[in-house]
Amino acid sequence: MAFLNVSDQQEVRKQFEQLQHPVKLTVFSQSLAAADRCQQNEQLVREVADLSDKISVEVLNLAIDRERAEAYGVDQVPAIVVEGERDYGLRFYGVPSGYEFGNLIDSIIVASTGDPDLTDDTKASLAALAGDVDIKVFSTPT
Amino acid sequence: MRLAQHMAVASDRVRATAIEATEFPDLSRAYRVMAVPKIVINDRVQFEGALPEDQFLAAVLEAVDAA
Repeated sequence: MAFLNVSDQQEVRKQFEQLQHPVKLTVFSQSLAAADRCQQNEQLVREVADLSDKISVEVLNLAIDRERAEAYGVDQVPAIVVEGERDYGLRFYGVPSGYEFGNLIDSIIVASTGDPDLTDDTKASLAALAGDVDIKVFSTPT
Repeated sequence: MRLAQHMAVASDRVRATAIEATEFPDLSRAYRVMAVPKIVINDRVQFEGALPEDQFLAAVLEAVDAA
């Protein structure tokens, strides 16, 4: 069963007209840990990637591709790493099928443009950060 | 998540992870997620619900200052 119906596809395709640089979605799965959810996650990511030729997908295994997982700081599955011209630190844990779906699409767009929608004051403060910042956002599908 | 991910793109110092709370009960318990969205910054500063950009930024700066 497809995640995205025809009208979802049309809507996302329209949003993807904003894409500029290529985006890579690296998916981490592990069949022993969460087979069904990993499969759903891979399918969702592939359906999204099919909507733009600027998006590529690579599927890795958390247990086998340990060095890559470590380099990305990924230690859970299912996971998605969203990269644009470089790795901006965008990660999704869990299948972003509900509320998070819009954020996945938004993350792809902002990773592609490299142009965050923030005020100049915020950008200036972030440019002057004295330390690393790890932001976790917990949400639920509905 | 939207503000967090735009901040991540704005600064190489910032990373943003979206977590489906129901799929990761252990993580949700560890971070005492009672309501969503719940935002945890550097495991120090946390809040529930959406904040306007300036207040979200203040929380980020607080988390860095607390280091």
